[in-house]
Amino acid sequence: MTSTDASLRRFLHGLPGVDQVGVEQRAAGLGTRSIKTSAKDFAIDLAIGMVDLTTLEGSDTPGKVRALAAKAMRPDPADPTCPPVAAVCVYPDMVPFVKEALSRSGGSSGVRIASVATAFPSGRAARDVKLADVEDAVDAGADEIDMVIDRGAFLSGRYLQVYEEIVAVRQACGSAHLKVIFETGELQTYDNVRRASWLAMLAGGHFIKTSTGKVQPAATLPVTLVMLEAVRDFRDVTGQMVGVKPAGGIRSSKDAIKYLVTVNEIAGPDWLHPDWFRFGASTLLNDLLMQRTKMTTGRYSGPDYFTLD
Amino acid sequence: MSRIDVRKTYKLYIGGAFPRSESGRSYVVNDAKGKFLANASHASRKDARDAVKAARAAFGGWSRRTAYNRGQVVYRIAEVLEDRRDQFEAELRTAEGVTATRARTYVDASIDRLVWYAGWADKLAQVTGGANPVAGPYFNHTAPEPSGVVAVVAPDGPLLGLVSVIAPVIVTGNTTVVIASEPHPLTSITLAEVMATSDVPGGVVNILTGPQAEIAPWLASHMDVNGLDLTGVGDAELARNLEIAAADNLKRVRRPGVEELLAPPALDRMTRFQEAKTVWHPMGT
Repeated sequence: MTSTDASLRRFLHGLPGVDQVGVEQRAAGLGTRSIKTSAKDFAIDLAIGMVDLTTLEGSDTPGKVRALAAKAMRPDPADPTCPPVAAVCVYPDMVPFVKEALSRSGGSSGVRIASVATAFPSGRAARDVKLADVEDAVDAGADEIDMVIDRGAFLSGRYLQVYEEIVAVRQACGSAHLKVIFETGELQTYDNVRRASWLAMLAGGHFIKTSTGKVQPAATLPVTLVMLEAVRDFRDVTGQMVGVKPAGGIRSSKDAIKYLVTVNEIAGPDWLHPDWFRFGASTLLNDLLMQRTKMTTGRYSGPDYFTLD
Repeated sequence: MSRIDVRKTYKLYIGGAFPRSESGRSYVVNDAKGKFLANASHASRKDARDAVKAARAAFGGWSRRTAYNRGQVVYRIAEVLEDRRDQFEAELRTAEGVTATRARTYVDASIDRLVWYAGWADKLAQVTGGANPVAGPYFNHTAPEPSGVVAVVAPDGPLLGLVSVIAPVIVTGNTTVVIASEPHPLTSITLAEVMATSDVPGGVVNILTGPQAEIAPWLASHMDVNGLDLTGVGDAELARNLEIAAADNLKRVRRPGVEELLAPPALDRMTRFQEAKTVWHPMGT
């Protein structure tokens, strides 16, 4: 199936089409569930534990990255019961600073180091350069690699090229986990999202991820729903579980809880774990912390009481 | 053939828009004779939270405007109010059952008060700030700055009460969340329509209608609110509890005694919700 471009295309285009109106209505419907009191407590702590705390700016400095790592380990310094986030996500050259900051606490926090690679965010570079980028990040100590697919090749139908690139990157990752970013904002249709999901899963990605956060629209609930259907169906067929990571544009606790509801309803409760579902976000964490503080103190909190990054 | 009534739905005013209450609730408002007048939105604590969020978002832009410009905007509210005075006079007569003369007096006083506060916008700093004499070779200047988001419980006087508490708070650069008078909420929403069409940026003034005993505690304890004006709280026990709740993040609280609305105002409504910033600067030769 994955030996030639033609057979790969036959398979991907043989996948059932996505009913656009249906998926959008289903997502909107799932977004109306009311999650309150103890269920909300559970959801907020789960969501905090699923956050990939991200900074991907040209202006990132070692100091900012260290501060982010400190926040990742103790998101709410005033409350020791607040769980740490899943990972810190940075550019490859910032990985050593994260590693240093995390190891200073004895490395017992469980916070992992994620690094984007493969000429993020555009992915427009020669394969050698992309692989060197990946190796660089892994050597520096990244536990997880977030790669971008070649959207140009994907959209022009050169699926085998995309497939082989993911396979090559997966090899370069070694023991590090691989997340495959589709940049769904550039894929135009839900059918393409479904095809990209299957392509990445066949190529061995551990996670499939919606967006880089640099292109609008970034993660949306319907797109994530289509990807969750894909990982569910993939497990039914192969027995292998693949994780999903929506990234970009998820800013409020309310949104995060909508995603968790969707995970539970579409993929199933097995995916309600930081090993299988992540949020790529930066501002989301503060809103989750504010909601958490509201739940514990009974009064509304404000952004003045949490760090900006 | 008789024409079908076009009934108005009174909603809230949050972030420059007129949303219904998130809770979907409403309550009945009667006129002075006890007859049904309209339904008003019954705001919930989440509406209060949304209003604070809108006020906080608007604070940066509003407080950075020049004092002169803020004065112009407040004056513009007076202009638009003047244009719609017939509507307000009619509303006051229906809601409160006052005479035409009395209603005109209140509308006049409201417009005059807006103009009075508008004038203060670029003059207050000269009165409350200044150059302080210090024992050293330094210039030492104090300038007033707005506190931030101020929650206001408006008194019952439908138009004048509302204008008297909103204008002084916003003219100095604060943004505000107002709980309108519970028995007379409709005029506050009509005033919101005036605000929305008179260059007041969305979120600078947010108006909630509903029971103050339900909404005010959430604003008093809200950590992102910087000031609390208890003018309209009649219940001493409630006022006391609100003051206690406000102490958590050291809100500036104003709890006046009984005030005559028509009397000429003092400066304290403006000065209470200001912070003093003092700057030391070395003197040259």
